[in-house]
Amino acid sequence: MLVLAGIGVIVAGFLLRFNPLLVVAVSALVTGLAAGLDPLAILAAFGKAFNANRYVSAIYIVLPVIGLLERHGLQERARGAIAALQGATVGRLLIGYLLFRQLTAALGLTSIAGPAQSVRPLVAPMAQAAAERQGVPPGGDAIPAMAAATDNIGLFFGEDIFIAIGSILLMKGVLEGYGITIQPLHLSLWAIPTAIAALLIHGGRLWWLDRRLARAA
Amino acid sequence: MICTNFIYAAAGLMFVVFAVLSATDHGNAKRFGNAGFYALLSVSFLFGDRIGDIGNGVLVLGLVAIAGSGAMGRGARGTTGPVERQAEAAARGNRLFLPALVIPATALLGTFAFTAVPALVDPKQITLVALTCGVILALAVGYAWFRPRPATPFAEGLRLMDSVGWAAVLPQMLASLGAVFALAGVGQVVGGIAGAAIPDGSLLGAVLVYTLGMAAFTMVMGNAFAAFPVMFAAVAMPLLIGRYGGNPAVIAAIGMLAGFCGTLMTPMAANFNLVPAALLDLKDKGAVIRAQVPTALPLLAVNIVLLYWLGFR
Repeated sequence: MLVLAGIGVIVAGFLLRFNPLLVVAVSALVTGLAAGLDPLAILAAFGKAFNANRYVSAIYIVLPVIGLLERHGLQERARGAIAALQGATVGRLLIGYLLFRQLTAALGLTSIAGPAQSVRPLVAPMAQAAAERQGVPPGGDAIPAMAAATDNIGLFFGEDIFIAIGSILLMKGVLEGYGITIQPLHLSLWAIPTAIAALLIHGGRLWWLDRRLARAA
Repeated sequence: MICTNFIYAAAGLMFVVFAVLSATDHGNAKRFGNAGFYALLSVSFLFGDRIGDIGNGVLVLGLVAIAGSGAMGRGARGTTGPVERQAEAAARGNRLFLPALVIPATALLGTFAFTAVPALVDPKQITLVALTCGVILALAVGYAWFRPRPATPFAEGLRLMDSVGWAAVLPQMLASLGAVFALAGVGQVVGGIAGAAIPDGSLLGAVLVYTLGMAAFTMVMGNAFAAFPVMFAAVAMPLLIGRYGGNPAVIAAIGMLAGFCGTLMTPMAANFNLVPAALLDLKDKGAVIRAQVPTALPLLAVNIVLLYWLGFR
């Protein structure tokens, strides 16, 4: 039971708004000590895992390209393109993006879009421009946050349909550990009902957002 | 064979440039904090495999010390203003989208091409290698078209990097915390508690504990991958499959997706929920999570129903 103290550190640390990196480091130390590990062994385990997970932070290499394009007006052009499009609403735009993200993720193309690659330079400014035409005041958090949320939801509930994605391989491995052999295709097929439900629920919210804006206008 | 070293070399060199640009940014009072942070990251990417586990641990302590003492701030380098950008957007038109589309297009073609020639690239890292190629190509197009000074793309990239700040390594830190949790046996304890919470002989109770446990444990760990082996061992295998004869494929697949609903609702999933808020300059760092909860909760309910309905036919 004592090893759960680290989870307590995480929760308390986030609630008390300490720097999250500090909270994570303290939590690792507390958890390791509670399990009777030597401090140096905890440091080594943490360092080893940090090094093994570098690919998580490799995505920032897109930033120089995105920053350069922004310097030359990419976000403004994205807004302009939406403004020129008759009938483009924030709801329709994001439903289209949700579908695009689910379908491409289902084909294994998870890295072609994301917060740095597509949401910040393209999708968020387009959504904001469309929403402003529907009467949303500029400068708020709600529309860009919805663009980022749509990106996550499309990714999560599309990627598991692809047979070679990490989570499918993990499930296959865990099941094999219990002597159950299952083809990845079977696991990925059972992700389809939830993917459809995600499209309906989130798409429904986006459609509702359009309706609410139309009523308020 | 091209493998992760290629990606990490590219990222490491970029962080070297970020560190130098930060250190020489005289308008930023905290410039040495930023420079130190990016320099440590460049060491991690370039030499992480050579400095040993303890060395990497000490490197992490350095990152934590810089971030935890509030030594980082936003850079002060100038960029173009709204009026200039509007004018350039009008002059350059839709061609501005082309370099941005080079990245996904190269990632797409590269993924197919590298899959066809498996000897060339480490098959596990095909997409990331293709993405890195796309970035380099797009950067070359950008240099040729805009003719910026050599450091300008990196100064602009650094502007975005500074807006993310220390949160950039939070996802990697949390993944490492997961490794320490695994070593300490946190999962077994949580699984034991979850298993004990099930009313005896109740299939619905077992389904609820498994799916809600996946979501809740994912929220704590920030990652459904860490929760799945634990909840599967504690509830799914002995009860849902062992006692009630459920379909393992359905129970595994939908249980994982119930965990994904938890990912949408937790600050621990920093790369999905906190980093985008920082990248988009949102005033409320919880805005992305709040936008996701109204989708995540009904979807979690749908997953519970689907698992109960499809898993035991």
